[in-house]
Amino acid sequence: MTKNKKHKFIKTQVTPVEPYDPSAMLEAQNLIKKFGDLNVLNGINEKIYAGEKIAIIGPSGSGKSTFLRCLNVLEDPTDGYVFFNGNNLCDLAVDINIQRRKMGMVYQQFNLFNNMTVLKNITLAPVHIGLSDLKKIKFKNAGARFLNLFRKNKKPLIPVEKTAKQIKAEAEENAMRLLKRIGLEDKANVYPSTLSGGQRQRIAIVRALAMNPEVMLFDEPTSALDPEMVGEVLNLIKELADDGMTMVIVTHEMSFAREVATRVLFMDEGKILEEGAPENIFNSPQNPRLKEFLSKVL
Amino acid sequence: MAERFQLFFKHFAEYGGYKNILLGLRNTLVIAVCGLIIGIVIGTLIACVQLAGKRNKAAKVFSVAGEVYTAIFRGTPIIVQLLIFHYIIFSGTGINSLLEAVIVFGLNSGAYVAEIMRGGIASVDAGQLEAGRTLGLSYTTSMIKIVFPQAIKNVIPTLGNELIALTKDTSVAGYVATMDLNAAFTAIAGATYDFMVPYIMLALVYLVLVAAMTVLIKLTERRLKKSDKK
Repeated sequence: MTKNKKHKFIKTQVTPVEPYDPSAMLEAQNLIKKFGDLNVLNGINEKIYAGEKIAIIGPSGSGKSTFLRCLNVLEDPTDGYVFFNGNNLCDLAVDINIQRRKMGMVYQQFNLFNNMTVLKNITLAPVHIGLSDLKKIKFKNAGARFLNLFRKNKKPLIPVEKTAKQIKAEAEENAMRLLKRIGLEDKANVYPSTLSGGQRQRIAIVRALAMNPEVMLFDEPTSALDPEMVGEVLNLIKELADDGMTMVIVTHEMSFAREVATRVLFMDEGKILEEGAPENIFNSPQNPRLKEFLSKVL
Repeated sequence: MAERFQLFFKHFAEYGGYKNILLGLRNTLVIAVCGLIIGIVIGTLIACVQLAGKRNKAAKVFSVAGEVYTAIFRGTPIIVQLLIFHYIIFSGTGINSLLEAVIVFGLNSGAYVAEIMRGGIASVDAGQLEAGRTLGLSYTTSMIKIVFPQAIKNVIPTLGNELIALTKDTSVAGYVATMDLNAAFTAIAGATYDFMVPYIMLALVYLVLVAAMTVLIKLTERRLKKSDKK
């Protein structure tokens, strides 16, 4: 948590802050989300540890996507807290933009920027953030240099590690490396509208990876794809999982969840009804609602 | 019939009618183009303030002011606005009548452009902004880098429409003693007591003007559409 600032919260928070678990990467405490009168999330408590691959399954309207979107505060929770590496994301004193850089998110609808080429899509955020940080450092240094004129003990300047050119070149190099990894380096200079769904989704994943995130959130990454293209996207996600990336995946692909997940959450009516290892969830479900759900989808 | 045309061309060429018409053409274009530029500035400002008003309570005051502005300037005829500015607000200031017309048309157009801009921003998929935010860009940066460029592309055809409408609306600028196209041709009509030829000519001039603008707008649109095809 940031220093001793007076804490302002997004909404009036009723629950007292329990101590967060320092070993957990992401922690949701009593998460409640209402859209008007509709209760979408009814008090979710969940801890996600580094290296875990969580699959969230459940019927439509069960609050899976909303839960995922609450994890990076794309939806402001009505009540409850989200902690990420010990930072309370619901606290307005925490700079959410800095926290979000470490949480990649992939959408059902890809959401590639239509007005930019593939390469620009990937490099936009790293370059912009790099340049604005550089500007801040230069501004601070200029101030320090001026004040040093009157100081006896000169304050050291913040070292400038990279020039603007280097930041851009590095981001582009990184983007090309990632594109090569998914075999789309020849598409670097085309606009997203000319690509297939599978290609777009893989580029969306790569765009999130370019920020070197600590956790990846997938919101039904294959639901908007042709059946033919589902495989290529799932393979890429699988590769990431094998590399040890922490991920939370909302999915309807049960076989994929069984294969990749280390833990499966079953949600219905805004609650986590059952969770456990994929073998337990799929082979010996306990909750009657889960049994009913699995009998329909498997 | 031929005599009427001869009479018109006599007044046009020999009695210096063409000078008025060239001046009127210039003034019409100046009023329309400058009016649209002022309109775009005001309209964008109002649209941005309204966007800010959704997120910030302090900006809400300006947002409401923008709405009132739009209601007033969209709710009254441009002639009435011209007359009010000419006889009440600018009365006794000795302001150039062309400048006066530019200001009034700019203010009027601002109200329409504000709605166009708002619609343009709303037409961009909400997912684009969200994607920017999840990459760690701020709201303002995401808007400037991602949403606005796409909104502008959606807005160009409607803005072109506004330019055309504005061009034709300038025909009422004569009410406040601005020499526009309409006033120039009316002067000839008054001098010759023949209304048919001058007004048909006037209609043709407007038609050619609007056709030229349409071509320009189409070209701009095609340039901006680049990212949709390729």
